[in-house]
Amino acid sequence: MSDAILEMRNIIKNFPGVKVLKDVSLSVERGEIHAICGENGAGKSTLMKVLSGVYPHGSFDGEIVFDGETQRFSAIKDSERAGIVIIHQELALVPYLSVAENIFLGNEVLKGGLIDWNQANVRAMELMERVGLKENPTTPVAQLGVGKQQLIEIAKALTKDVKLLILDEPTAALNDTDSEHLLGLLRDLREQGITCIIISHKLGEIVDIADSTTIIRDGETIETIDMRGPDATQNRIIRGMVGRSLDNRFPDRTPDVGEEIFRVENWSVWHPTQAGRVVVDDASISVRAGEIVGIAGLMGAGRTEFMMSVFGRSYGRDARGKVFLHGKEIKTRTVKEAIKNKIAYVSEDRKQYGLNLISDIKTNVSSSALTKVATASIFVNSNEEAKVAEQFRKDLNIKSPTVAQVVGNLSGGNQQKVVLSKWLYTDPEVLILDEPTRGIDVGAKYEIYEIIGALAAAGKAVIVVSSELPELLGLSDRVYSLAYGRITGELSAAEATQESLMSLMTIEPNSSKEAAA
Amino acid sequence: MKDNVFTEVKDLLTHNLRTSGIYIAFVAIILIFTFTTGGTLLSPENVTNIILQNAHILIMALGMILVIVGGHIDLSVGSVLAFASAVSAVVVIKMGMPWWVGVVAAIVVGIVVGVWQGFWVAYVGIPAFIVTLAGMLLFRGLTYLVLDNVSLSPFPHGYREVASGFLDGIFGSITISEGEGLKAVPVTADIFTLVIGVLAVVGLVVSSLRTRRTRQSYNQSVESNFLFVLKIVLVSVVILAFTWALAYNRGFPYVLITVAVLILIYNVVTNRTVFGRHVYSVGGNLSAARLSGVNVRSVNFWVMVNMGFLTGIAAAVFSSRSNGAQPGMGNMFELDVIAACFIGGASTMGGVGRVGGALVGGLVMAVMTNGMQLMGVPQSLQLVIKGLVLLLAVAFDIYNKRRAGATR
Repeated sequence: MSDAILEMRNIIKNFPGVKVLKDVSLSVERGEIHAICGENGAGKSTLMKVLSGVYPHGSFDGEIVFDGETQRFSAIKDSERAGIVIIHQELALVPYLSVAENIFLGNEVLKGGLIDWNQANVRAMELMERVGLKENPTTPVAQLGVGKQQLIEIAKALTKDVKLLILDEPTAALNDTDSEHLLGLLRDLREQGITCIIISHKLGEIVDIADSTTIIRDGETIETIDMRGPDATQNRIIRGMVGRSLDNRFPDRTPDVGEEIFRVENWSVWHPTQAGRVVVDDASISVRAGEIVGIAGLMGAGRTEFMMSVFGRSYGRDARGKVFLHGKEIKTRTVKEAIKNKIAYVSEDRKQYGLNLISDIKTNVSSSALTKVATASIFVNSNEEAKVAEQFRKDLNIKSPTVAQVVGNLSGGNQQKVVLSKWLYTDPEVLILDEPTRGIDVGAKYEIYEIIGALAAAGKAVIVVSSELPELLGLSDRVYSLAYGRITGELSAAEATQESLMSLMTIEPNSSKEAAA
Repeated sequence: MKDNVFTEVKDLLTHNLRTSGIYIAFVAIILIFTFTTGGTLLSPENVTNIILQNAHILIMALGMILVIVGGHIDLSVGSVLAFASAVSAVVVIKMGMPWWVGVVAAIVVGIVVGVWQGFWVAYVGIPAFIVTLAGMLLFRGLTYLVLDNVSLSPFPHGYREVASGFLDGIFGSITISEGEGLKAVPVTADIFTLVIGVLAVVGLVVSSLRTRRTRQSYNQSVESNFLFVLKIVLVSVVILAFTWALAYNRGFPYVLITVAVLILIYNVVTNRTVFGRHVYSVGGNLSAARLSGVNVRSVNFWVMVNMGFLTGIAAAVFSSRSNGAQPGMGNMFELDVIAACFIGGASTMGGVGRVGGALVGGLVMAVMTNGMQLMGVPQSLQLVIKGLVLLLAVAFDIYNKRRAGATR
């Protein structure tokens, strides 16, 4: 433990109302591959943004020592100059530019103030060789697969004289062969003395490649595991990731489960732009009256895609399968049809998909069922509308003096309550709640949980999609696990534990690993 | 009590700065030009003139505000106005049909054009900017074709009345003075126009009271009595002064009836109908609107059709006023109409904008043009000043939005 290339000490980062990083320390040895593990929302990405200068020095507490010097990055440029390059999950390539153009973007090969394309192409070839890629440097990047694009990102990093390479979920979108190749490349880079930090949900991969693993949970460093030691197993990592105490964060409720209300059978969804890519593969679920059903899955498992395509084909090029309400097949081909058939979908991204931020509470509340407050379905009765919104404001405890308040000015928790009001006003029987507490502080979370409980008690069928396993376990009567677009398991509340779910959520397609439950 | 009223007024102004800013600017501009033109600006003849000269812009602004709120733009209205006028002129002047057939023809052409552009915008998904840029060329070309590259005029009397006719003499007139000098011409005011003015004030008072009472019955907040009365008195005074100016001059122009009726209708459409709401929600957040069950395509389609419809009406008004159709007519009208909306507080991003704002925006441009003409400001300088006003209005809008974002 002598030669640390990077020391991050006691990093604390707050967002208004939320403490994302409470106390994170990280020490990375020179020339090692260091994995960072943690649940969605544990603070991994925030930590990397702190490190790379996306959040400038001064916007967080703590100290960063890189290459023996205390660093004060105020922009990504500064960290890159020091030799830290981060490759994000969403690749930052310009699709219509060529390989060479992308590799040297922002770092162009110049001769007399003009770009020397011959030189650039030759150097691009050299760099591609280093990452094991054989392509014409003038090929547009869009024509290459995701795996190759990932390699181009790394080649781009190599032009910047990188000392520490950070990869955020590099293999999430790759198939097995491409993943193998990428991991092999990381080993080669390690030979060349480049240090790597890899963030990944694929624990098998981490056990395979990492020299040490730091586990982050709830914005705190839990431990660093030496992966060359006897501790280096997937189960060991899972235990670290989820092992938190579950004190009274959820309201008590006694489920009163009735007849089946909602069922989806053999649902498949195709990616909107990548022809032939199946995002949800033959998934079937059912929900009964008064039941809260959780859907667990890692990012990219197809949870949101599944739900949005059921809700009026709001996602995907095509969807196939059957939907039943009270045992009768229904059509949900448009959002209007879905609403008419008593389905409501509360999106994971309330700002983009849930609310009109520039308009007020009452307008948002009535927006999905406007004809209910309209005379002859044409003329909106704004007084009636305000009355309805006022009732919801009181019932759901939306903290705002009036319903004429612009929604964009409300806090996350109150915005979420407005979205819930909007969907409750459509009088649904089936409520699909996608990440209902994302970006909401603890107090408001508890209130949202209470609302969800009340909905179930009122006999609604409730589906909760969440990245937070404790939330799913605390709320649900039954949990489905989704991995790579497939339903990989179904556990009752009694059976489900974070460990069992995590194993089900990480089952890769065609792998022989059996459901751990 | 007094303090309360002051804070209330202050709240009203700061909370609605985006929209109230333009009203304040409007009053300021009127005052400035009244002063610089030595009062000519507000003379009865000139007030009537401003209305007659700009009716077509105001009519199209009513459609454009919906287009812009929906997150689109329509660059073709000038060409469409020319095309509809041309068809109308051919029907009436060349084919000798009655005047009203020409008016109907103009409106039908407008609607058909709206359907055409709406189809491409809503169902094919081409941005309205492109569709209407194409339309700008397309309908200008069709205008040349229909007119065979020559101007058509004059229209028969009936058609000319559409824009230039006055409703007066129904109840006779009152004599204000017998006139002076040797050839004394009695100065009169049209009673009918005054009656309309009084009726408008009565209507305003009744509907304001009713709205206030319903709001109270729903336990909604209302302004204090003082402010309520003050507002009504102010608006009434403006209406009465305005109708007095008209009555004093030539009576009530037909075209003002058209404009007034359209304003009332579109106020209701934007504020009180499901369709209007849907336009605001599509412009405010397209994805959220779609996920709320709003039929986005149909909204976009009807917004464009409506724009065509109003352009058709504007074509009838404008061709009537210019007493014919010329191949180059309506050139650059789109800019005046769009400018009216943006000066009136509409957001370039969509989702924000009011009928009242667009009207005042249009009137700001109208009064400025008129005032500068009266002052004899050269054309070149007029353009420079109008351009700067548009720029400042939108800068103000962006500044406001950024401030709102900062407090978020």
